[in-house]
Amino acid sequence: MYQIIKQILRTGIKTETPPDPDDTLRVEVQRIQKNILRHVGRALAIRCVDAGSCNGCELEIHALNNAYYNIEGLGIHFVASPRHADMLLVTGPVSRHMETALKRTYDAIPQPRLVVALGDCGCDGGIFSPTDSAGNPCPSYASCGKISNVIPVDVAIPGCPPTPIAILQGILTAVSGEAKAP
Amino acid sequence: MRLDEFPTKFAKLSGPMPVWHGTVDAAQLRSLCEQVERGGGKLLALWGSDELARDAGYAVHISLVTALGMLCLTLPVSAEHPAYPDISDLFPAANRMQRTLADLLGLYASGVDDHRKWLRHGSWPGSVHPLRKNFDGSTVFPTETDAYHFVTVSGDGVHEIPVGPVHAGTIEPGHFRFSVIGERVLRLEERLGYLHKGIEKRFESMTLAQGAKLAGRVSGDSTVAYAWAYAQAVESVTGTTPPPRAAALRAVLLELERIHNHLGDLGYLGNDVALAFGFAQFWILKEDVLRLNNELFGHRYLMDRIVPGGVACDLDSKGRERILQVFGHLEQEIHTLKDIYDEHAGVQDRFLTTGRVTPDLAAQLGLTGLPGRASSQAWDLRAQFPCEPYDKLDVRMATHRNGDVAARVTVRFEEVQESIRLIRQIMDQMPAGELCASIGNAPENTLGIGWVEGWRGEIMVALHTGKDNAIHRLHPHDPSWQNWPLLEHAIIGNIVPDFPLINKSFNLSYAGVDL
Repeated sequence: MYQIIKQILRTGIKTETPPDPDDTLRVEVQRIQKNILRHVGRALAIRCVDAGSCNGCELEIHALNNAYYNIEGLGIHFVASPRHADMLLVTGPVSRHMETALKRTYDAIPQPRLVVALGDCGCDGGIFSPTDSAGNPCPSYASCGKISNVIPVDVAIPGCPPTPIAILQGILTAVSGEAKAP
Repeated sequence: MRLDEFPTKFAKLSGPMPVWHGTVDAAQLRSLCEQVERGGGKLLALWGSDELARDAGYAVHISLVTALGMLCLTLPVSAEHPAYPDISDLFPAANRMQRTLADLLGLYASGVDDHRKWLRHGSWPGSVHPLRKNFDGSTVFPTETDAYHFVTVSGDGVHEIPVGPVHAGTIEPGHFRFSVIGERVLRLEERLGYLHKGIEKRFESMTLAQGAKLAGRVSGDSTVAYAWAYAQAVESVTGTTPPPRAAALRAVLLELERIHNHLGDLGYLGNDVALAFGFAQFWILKEDVLRLNNELFGHRYLMDRIVPGGVACDLDSKGRERILQVFGHLEQEIHTLKDIYDEHAGVQDRFLTTGRVTPDLAAQLGLTGLPGRASSQAWDLRAQFPCEPYDKLDVRMATHRNGDVAARVTVRFEEVQESIRLIRQIMDQMPAGELCASIGNAPENTLGIGWVEGWRGEIMVALHTGKDNAIHRLHPHDPSWQNWPLLEHAIIGNIVPDFPLINKSFNLSYAGVDL
């Protein structure tokens, strides 16, 4: 026990200042009332679903839990059940094999709920989507493409994978609720 | 044909790895597989390709590992009778690979008992085989119900616990069906394939140059190993030799990937036995390494840093100093934390004897990579067939006999320390010169194989070229193919709450096998 306490004291506090919200990440008009968001924003529960990612985005979600980003210190925590969640954080292009599971997880989250799409693949299908003749990503026999093809998305965070700061910024954007005046 | 004849009878592929390739008939295939199995060799991968456009029906490809190197066999299969001899009796790991081949290409192993599908769920009908060339990858079918038969355990007090595909934590999706009495697990059956997003089909619409990025995203946590294996395959078919400096830098990147993954796992293994302190400490160290990666090479996970022909990054003397500085701190912290893990009674009580795979079982079922080394399967490509720069480094392989969670933890500790040593030594001997050689044209209908010891185990990329530097067929192979079935054995007799711990101690890839 002495060794553990000594190590904790020697390590000190590593937590850094979180980033500000970024309204350019917002893809849909905010659907949830400001006062509810203020309430939710103080203690946000997130359910993650990997709907087809390469696991790169998951690594950065894990990193959010480390002492540098200390996401729990901001009142944000990851929960095991969608019933406990305010927000769904989804990664990957949605594989057809995960389509039903993703929809069911979404339906199981009580309203009002927020959806954040993570990574280039979540934003537009990414490298896994074939392209049509015009060069736009299109669905395939195995992939539904971007997440908004399957469930409504509030905020989409690009990056391959997005850094923990970018993810945090996206999450804070989704809960901050108020778009800046144009 | 006798096994020891293949180096003289088959063609050796160009490149740094000892790989031979030859075309065989069904009887020769069986016979060579039997000889490899008797000689203590193993199955690395099994895949197929559609050769109808070349008037050659289909082909089944099998790579086997022997003491001399890799033996890659191609068996032509006729379009009228698309069958090949079953090898899952010799190599149990072939079971899921053969079922995948049936799903994706419609080639069937004759004489098998297990006719169930594997990668296919309900997204395309059983009569459709996506990897056939006459199938358009952008065809979308209505989703059917996924009917899959799990083996049922019956008896007094037996009940089932279905888990997934969406798991409790932030992990990749997969389904686990536990049959239990009370808390004790009688049987676990896995059902994967949820992440199947058509990677292999996607490769076939790409050129050799375009494929590099996709190869680095087969399994994000092993991006360096896949990118290196892909680069090796491309270099083999084009006859390119990467400059010595690029080879050295590739090894630095690969070892950095091993370090950050092992650090992350050591943290989570602490967390899974209720020592949150372990998670906090190791993830600070992991973040330090990720930030170092970003600072020196421009990407936290080193994606797209290895390219066919060489590398897309460099290391100057200032960067070298930074690495030495971070490693100095890292070594000291790991030493302290290892002492704490070793002496913590609660941690050791959960680690020791949990999730045991005995060396005999590991050998019989073909456990490989990191979990293999924790069960006496002394195999590490960097030590066995060292390519440049490992040939000058004398890599020390970490092996243990116990095969439990504790052994897999110890292997990780030892491998992190070895990787630190290797990087220091590579930097001391870093050759000067070019970073990337230019890639020439690849002849059509040529096979190139990349073979790299990633942090999970051996990663292989098999590349069949098409016309004009296009990819005709590409199969990326993850060691998780071999190791997932062993996880089903490791849990037997353990209690359900120890499953997350055992699973984490293997830390297998879902994306890498679902493709």
